[in-house]
Order: sequence, then structure tokens, then C-alpha cells
Amino acid sequence: MDAAGVSTPEPIVVKLREHLRLAVVSVLSLTLLTGCIFPLVLFALGRLLFAGQAAGSLVTRSGVVIGSRLIGQDFTRPEYFHPRPSAAGSGYDGASSGGTNFGPSNRKLIESVRKLAEDYRRSNGLPQDATVPIDAVTSSGSGLDPHISPENAALQVPRVARARGLSEDVVRRLLADHTQGRQLGFMGNPRVSVLDLNLALDRTTALTPR
Amino acid sequence: MRWTEYIVFLVLVVGLAWPAGVYLAQVFDRKPTFLDRVLRPIESFLYRWLGIHRAREMSAGVYALCFLLFSAVSTVGLFLLLLAQHWLPGGPGDRYLTTPMTADLAANAAISFSTTTTWQAYGGETTLRYLTQVIGLVSQNFLAGAAGLAVGIAFIRGFARERSATVGNFWVDLVRALLWVLMPLALVGSLALIWQGVPFNLAPYTEAHTVEGGIQTIAQGPVAALEFIKNLGTNGGGFFNANGAHPYENPTPLVDFLVLLAIAVLPASLTVTFGRMTGRSRAGWVLLAVMVVLFVGGLALCDFAEAATSPQLADLHISGGNMEGKEVRFGIGGSVLAAVVTSNGATGSYNSMHDSYEPVGVLVPLVNMLLGEVVFGGLGTGLYSMVMTALVAVFLGGLMVGRTPEYLGKKIAGAETRLIILYALLTPAVVLVLTAVALVSKAGLAGLITNTGTRGFTEVLFAYASSMANNGQTMAGLNANSVFYNATTAIAMLAGRFGLAALALALAGRFAAQRRLPTTAGTLPSDSVTFGALVLGTILLVGALCFLPAMALGPIAEALQH
Repeated sequence: MDAAGVSTPEPIVVKLREHLRLAVVSVLSLTLLTGCIFPLVLFALGRLLFAGQAAGSLVTRSGVVIGSRLIGQDFTRPEYFHPRPSAAGSGYDGASSGGTNFGPSNRKLIESVRKLAEDYRRSNGLPQDATVPIDAVTSSGSGLDPHISPENAALQVPRVARARGLSEDVVRRLLADHTQGRQLGFMGNPRVSVLDLNLALDRTTALTPR
Repeated sequence: MRWTEYIVFLVLVVGLAWPAGVYLAQVFDRKPTFLDRVLRPIESFLYRWLGIHRAREMSAGVYALCFLLFSAVSTVGLFLLLLAQHWLPGGPGDRYLTTPMTADLAANAAISFSTTTTWQAYGGETTLRYLTQVIGLVSQNFLAGAAGLAVGIAFIRGFARERSATVGNFWVDLVRALLWVLMPLALVGSLALIWQGVPFNLAPYTEAHTVEGGIQTIAQGPVAALEFIKNLGTNGGGFFNANGAHPYENPTPLVDFLVLLAIAVLPASLTVTFGRMTGRSRAGWVLLAVMVVLFVGGLALCDFAEAATSPQLADLHISGGNMEGKEVRFGIGGSVLAAVVTSNGATGSYNSMHDSYEPVGVLVPLVNMLLGEVVFGGLGTGLYSMVMTALVAVFLGGLMVGRTPEYLGKKIAGAETRLIILYALLTPAVVLVLTAVALVSKAGLAGLITNTGTRGFTEVLFAYASSMANNGQTMAGLNANSVFYNATTAIAMLAGRFGLAALALALAGRFAAQRRLPTTAGTLPSDSVTFGALVLGTILLVGALCFLPAMALGPIAEALQH
């Protein structure tokens, strides 16, 4: 009776009530299987094997949670590398992810890019017509992008070095250490984790923030 | 470098399609597989527990009825759970849940998840509790995905059988799809995602004291329970508002790559299953080849559009492609690949904001959805989308040579032709009528809160294309959480899921009952390059006839403005 492809004529006429009962029972039972048992097993395995990741890759400093390795946070002071602009809530709101959703012809987008590029050039001491990397003047999809491009980071090195009284070479070396290449050599883009790099800077100069 | 990623991806999809397709044929023909020792006892227990008679076969009509009842019960159950969610313990505090769960939103979400659309008119972290996401949504990602796969398999049986009154047993196919396909893969895949950083916790939202002394609230949750199956089941609805762009959902390029494989491999492999179960392997490969050609074409076009600096920013001294709405870790390549794979694969888990794409960049996902997601497509549903379109080509070919058209030995006479043409016309009819209604009504235009003009038009068209294709991705500038959009997108989702499946199953029932015609010198060969070209041409021709005017008003007009 289990043989494949054997087709027996249907022994019963459509019994709506019978199939409705099956529908109710199977939705309930299979919800228990896939929506309760499966997640519980996965939860237990995740806790056991990858506890740090399962908890959200949180970063602590002197016992206080200062953020997540994966979630971008805002930096505005000159002695830190700055992340990308963010449209999550009022900026890097970890409880309200999202992008601007502005289309390329939207005046608001064009104006904002123009202004952000001017600000970027001014704060990094770049000439008026210096070329700015696109990721420095656009918002990410999540508004929580933890990374900037290596080109963007390189342009911020002089500012950070000056604010910290470090030589540019020291900062550049730290930046190189914190630049990730493409994963497995071909996936995604090279990138710099802003939080990791800034924490490394703080460790280097022992400049503890307020 | 972007093309390296594209090519490796495509090679893996095609390479894995063969073993995966053979495995699926084994599973649904109830032949031995390597998982039987573990799963047979669970399967037998479930049949006894549920009262399923595994040998009882169903006609295509009863099969469709069971699919419909199963989905209806799922919808009602999820609707009630969504309305009752504020009584569920745990998860984010009420102050974070700023989007009220109104009845229209709950109904829209329930229909959306039980049809694998997972269109979301809300943001996850501001609307849902953890237990709603796990018990309600994770389960529907499994169940609706499995039900779609079951229907696809029943459709194949229509071609594989002859003189048969039946196309299988829905409940058996459903259980086997869950146990042999979705659950084992989801377990392994989800663990890989946790390893890469996707969280799975039930902690309240974390208050972080940031380096510069601010407070950052970080939404947490059982993200990894949803993340892999939402892609594997070609559902796609995000745990968070930003969906696959959110670093917790998609922390590394490797995760992105894996979930994109999860979307594409099984639907691609169903062409192999189709060839195997019908005994016409080459016919399956021809369909896969057509998919690959369309896939590469869309990818090249989207890449070309997004990798260039926006013309609007040309005089601002900016370097790099269009990164608005994209994440640095994926870059242009990873974002474009995801846009093309998710829009082909009936999966709404975009990793970049399509509303910020260049006009030609957004044209590609839009067209992918409007063509009926024939490239890989939804799990199970993509196969019948492709075969139905191939049948239109067979019909046209038959007209050209003046013979009664046939495909894999099945004759396409009057009744069959009517089903095929209805299938081809349903998507344009629903999408274009609803788009027109939205654009002439106040309630429809009220959704355009971010962009206007041609881009606003595209947003509306995109919303209905996505709903009808059971895709669920959105140009998120459109505010779709209103009674009008919740109701109209629900209509499109229902038509796309049940209207198309009913037509496909009806045709499968007719084909199963036919005897198989012998191949003669006059038969249009279904396994030749010529036939592949005919199918490709038909897809493009029918798509252009239906949607070129709408495209001209949306993305094409926008592209020409600059």
C-alpha cells in the first residue's frame, strides 16, 4: 500500500466535515511541532553551543553593557570614528529599525546627501571638492549598520589622530587591524566595525570616556 | 568581485538542484531515504494521532479542498492569536509596541503568513510579542511553506500519472514535506545562523549605555527561530522592520549567502524532481535553463543600475554606487543578489531598501514578481508557475505547426487551454485593477507618504505585484497599514495563492486522467534548445503585453526623467 505511483480510485466521496476536522487537528498539532517543539530544541542548542551569539553579541565594559557588536551605535565626538547616517528612529534607535525609503529623485534625499557631504568634508578637514565615499552620506537599510567602508574610515584617520594626540600611523595601523575583508574571499564587501575600532582606540590611549 | 559572488551562487544553485531534486522525488514517491530510520516512527505516530489514512488518495478537487481548508484554519488561528497577543507573557514591554494590533492589520497579517506572502504592514519590533512571532509566525512559515510544496508535488503527479483519478494525499504530502524537507534543513541552517550571530533569546529589549554616554535600546528576541525557515519556506517576513537588512537578522555576508541559497535551491531543484517523476529528465533541465537565463539577465540589469553613482548625485563629488538603503557588509553585490533572488523566489526577505533603488534597479524585482516568479519561484508554487507558462508556449507552438498541442504526452485541448489562459490572465487582471483602484481613490493615495510621482506609482504597483505573487517584499515608503491597503493587498494575496493553485490543480487533475500519448515525428519536442527559447520568448512576450504600459508609467518614466 506504500508503493509509489500506485493510484487507487478515491474510496470516499468528499467528506467536508472529515477534512475540516483534519485541518483543525493538523494545524494545532503541527503548530505545536513547528512553533513550540522546534524553537525549544533550537533555543537549547543555541544556548549550549553559541551562548554569546544567542544573547545578541552584547559588549560589556567594566560590567556595563555598552552595546552589541552587531548593532551600530552613534558616535559624534571627533576622537571617534563616525558611523553612517541613520534613519532608525531618531538615529541608531535599536528598537526601531528602518531606512529613509527615499527614491533617488526625492529632493529630500539629494539635499540630505549634499549637506552630509559638506559636513563630512568640514569635520574631516577635506577640501571643498574632495570626493566623499557614498556610504558616509547615505543611510543604511536597517539604520543600524555597524560598519563603514575602509575608504570612509581612512578619510577620518587624521581627525581622530589629531583629537587624540596620536600619530596618524598608529591610528592607521589600528584601522588596518580592524578592517575585515570579504568573507571567504568573495562574499559581501570589505568593512570596518565602528564600535570595535573605537573600543580599540580607547584601549590604546586609555582615554576613558566620561 | 561582485560577479564572483554571483557566479559561485548560481553554480551552487544549479549544482545542488540535482541531488536535492532527486531527494525530493524519493520523499514524495515514498521511496527510501537516509532519514527514514529517524523519521518513519515520527511519521507513523503523526498519522495515527491525526487520523490520516496514508493510502487514501485524493482527486485534484479534494486535494485543493484540503489545501484550502488547511490554509483557512491556519488563517483563523493566527488571526485570533494576533488579536490575543497582549495577554501573552514575555517579550518587549508595551511601551515599545507602538503599532496597535487592529482587526484589519491582524486579518491582513494572518492571511499574509498563511499564504507564504508574509507581506508586513507593520514593523516586527514595534508590533509583536516574542511568543506571537514564535508560536504564530514561525509555525506558519513551516506549515504554509510545506503546503505550497505539497501542491507543487501534486501538480507534478498530474504529468507523471496516466489514467489516474488521483494526484496524491494532501495530508501525507504535508507531513512528509515538514519531516523530510523543511524541519531537518531548518534545524541545521538555524544553528549555522546562530553561530554567525543571529540571536535567539527571550530577554527584554537591552538598555545599552553607549560609549559616548547615551542610552541605546536594542530590540532582542528569538530571531533565529524565524530566520532560516522564513527563507527556506519562501515566506520572507522579517522579525524586525528592516527584515534582512537588520544586523541581527543578517549579521554577515555568509548568513546572507546561506539564506539566499535556502530560497533558491529547493524551487530550482523541483525542475529536476519534475523531470524525474515524469520520466522526462531533459524537459526538467530545459525549464531550469530558462530560469537561469532569466535570472542572469535580471541580475546583470540590476547590478548595472545600482553599481553606478546616481545621476542625481553626479555633481556632488560622491564616489561609489547607490548605497542608500544598503548595508556596507553586503555592498552593492550582496544587495543586488538578494534583490534578484528574493523577488524571483517569492520571498520578501530583502536585505536592502528597494524603495531607494534606481528606477532600473527596482524594475528588475518588480518584473520578476509580475512575471509570476517563474525563476525558481516559491517552494512548489514556482514550479507550476513555470510549467503553466511553458504550456502557453506549447499552445502557441501548436498553433504554429497546426497540431493539437501536447506536453510530455499530455494533450492540451479546449478545457486545458482555458485553464492555462485563465492562469496567465489572473495576475495581470488582479494587479492592474487593484493598482488602478488605489490610484483613483483617496485612501489609496493616502499611502504615498514618502515619495510621489512616478516613484509613488511604482510603490503601489509593487505592493500589489508583491501580494499577488505571494512574495511580500515592499517598497517601504508606502504606508500600507490602513484599512484600504490591508483589505486590497489581502485580496491579491488570496487570489495569488488559491486562485492560481486551484487552476494549476484543476489542470493536473485533467492531465492525470489522460493517457500518455506516444511521441511521434509530429510532436513538438519539449527537451530541445528550441523549446527553451520558445518558453523564454513566451514569458517575455506575455509579460510585456500585460505590463509594458504600467512599466512605462512607473520605473521607465522615472528613468527617463534623468
